Amino acid sequence: MIALITSILAITLRAGTSLIYATIGEIYTERSGILNLGLEGMMLMGAVSAFATVYYTGSLGLALIVSMLTGIVLSSLHAFLSITMRANQVVSGLSITLFGTGLASFLGQRLGPASNGHYLIGLIGEKFTPFAIPGLSKIPVIGAVFSQDILTYIVYLIIPVAWFYMYKTKNGLNLRAVGESPQTADAMGINVYRTRYIYTIVGGTLVALGGAHLSLSYAPGWTDNITGGRGWIVIALVIFSMWNPSRAIWGALLFGGINAIQFRLQATGTTISAPFLNMLPYIVTIVVLVLMTWFETLNKKVGAPAALAVPYMRGEK
Amino acid sequence: MKKGLLLLMAMLVLLPSMMFAGGDKETAAPGDGKFKVAFIYIGLPGDLGWTYEQDQGRKMIEDQLGDKVETTYVENVPEGPDAARIIRQYAQKGYNMIFATSFGYMDPMVEVAAEFPDVYFEHCSGYKTSDNLATYFGRMYQARYLSGIVAGKAIGQGEAVGYVAAFPIPEVVRGINAFTIGLRKVNPTATVKVVWTNTWYDPVKEREAAVALLDSGVKLITQHQDTTEPQKAAQERGLVSIGYDSDMGSFVGDSVLVSPKWHWGSYFVKTVQDAMDGTWVSHSYWGGLKEGVVELSPFSSRVPQDVQDMVMAEKDNIVAGSWDVFWGTVKDQDGKVVVADGAKMADGDMLGMNFFVEGVAGNLGQ
Repeated sequence: MIALITSILAITLRAGTSLIYATIGEIYTERSGILNLGLEGMMLMGAVSAFATVYYTGSLGLALIVSMLTGIVLSSLHAFLSITMRANQVVSGLSITLFGTGLASFLGQRLGPASNGHYLIGLIGEKFTPFAIPGLSKIPVIGAVFSQDILTYIVYLIIPVAWFYMYKTKNGLNLRAVGESPQTADAMGINVYRTRYIYTIVGGTLVALGGAHLSLSYAPGWTDNITGGRGWIVIALVIFSMWNPSRAIWGALLFGGINAIQFRLQATGTTISAPFLNMLPYIVTIVVLVLMTWFETLNKKVGAPAALAVPYMRGEK
Repeated sequence: MKKGLLLLMAMLVLLPSMMFAGGDKETAAPGDGKFKVAFIYIGLPGDLGWTYEQDQGRKMIEDQLGDKVETTYVENVPEGPDAARIIRQYAQKGYNMIFATSFGYMDPMVEVAAEFPDVYFEHCSGYKTSDNLATYFGRMYQARYLSGIVAGKAIGQGEAVGYVAAFPIPEVVRGINAFTIGLRKVNPTATVKVVWTNTWYDPVKEREAAVALLDSGVKLITQHQDTTEPQKAAQERGLVSIGYDSDMGSFVGDSVLVSPKWHWGSYFVKTVQDAMDGTWVSHSYWGGLKEGVVELSPFSSRVPQDVQDMVMAEKDNIVAGSWDVFWGTVKDQDGKVVVADGAKMADGDMLGMNFFVEGVAGNLGQ
């Protein structure tokens, strides 16, 4: 039983890692008042660019850098459209998802070596493998936390840092101010445009890393649509975590753990409805949304940034 | 900085138009005398599985019928009402024959077929036909049975096999049962553990399901999904697997012992030729090993020669019609006799199969 719980926790953390990267990224973007629905496309692009790089160079570090650059390029595009051009953020985000999904699929069929019909699909490259931290990994159950790959260990650091930065530093306060009331923030002397640009791009970088975790560690290699809709799940996770990076982990573990648990229950012969379990995280998300709509005070305290998805123009009321 | 950024944007925007210009396969204008065939794909030819094999069939039409035909395809078409729009588009553009390659295109296909009586429609795996709408599918269970024998010889007596399966529908259940019958023919106490993913195509989920099975102690992985992830997961544990859809061994390595696979080409060429000759009549095609629509991929070098010989002998029996997988005695999970000794299960019962045979440790109620 202990072994089962340990293995479920281990796989849950692995499954949740890409979700945590992307969720924290999107929380930062949304906190600045920019809604980025391009996540699915950006994760796919992050995944395909990372795998192509590692396949040709064998360097995992370089793969992460290329993946981050991809995220920077795509999120800059979104930032340019929604901040400078003041385009509708939903439309801009969705078009980035469509664009990214198509381009990733296209690259997957063109970037490969001639010997494989130029397909990236079906190739095997370097990958991040889990390694145990001596001593700590021997503790029952908790040991699962300390037998992960490097990207998951990094996530353990990113969560507290992201929380601390957002709530305990001046920059974090500025970020939240821009998302809540850009006019006030502007009056206080904060550069709203610059702030939004920075956090949209920072967010996009993390989102692309989430994609890279899929193709470099969790399901090494490239397959079309490797994210399988995880970009959309992240949108729900941001709401679930009520725009707080420290809560991102619970949602990601819930979503990541559902499959790990239900597949293991099935393998042991237990009957539990898979569609029901798959539904659970979404139900919780809906409940969170309903609660926030009902309780105005709760919404003010932990709800969506007030200026989310509202384009800002200096001097306009 | 700003200029550089703008340049980058411009490149990004221009990039797709350049690429898609090169990717457009509809080169000839309608009315140039060629017989035009369109394929509606559920996924991408690059899935190395289901759509890949349909596309191999399409290529065979081009290879064998040469200049007389022209083919095109559209990928990633969602099942449901939107499919009707896309199918209709091809009919309107003057395509003579349209293949729809997934079950969910059935009703859209029926709808559009009624609007275009002069166009030939071929639908894969459905059950509705009309004067100009035929169905085609294959007796994959026969090849699954053969792969079960390979699996039974590859594991120790009484060990378990993990089966990553998409949906509890007759097509998948039939495959699981046929595999189990083959497995237990050579390994009478072996069992099959089934995990449902409730998706045809999700690389990560398919891998998670395989890993869960591997953690539960199975010694071999097989699957009814659309990607090679379960095969890769088994390989990473140093275990062998049985593929599906296409020759997965050529993509994953010799840990894939053999793959029951589709081979649509000969059927496609024949039905297109019939339509061109005007001899096409509506039909419900369900070919098997004999017709060559389903087959076994080449064996991995890890399969011993005597096992290969045994499988080939079994195959000959099925091809000759002297035996088939669901001929009695077939018992269900509880040991109840479903097909009596000497009896043969009818095609209709096979197409609606909703029970597991003895040896499957899984649940249909998921």
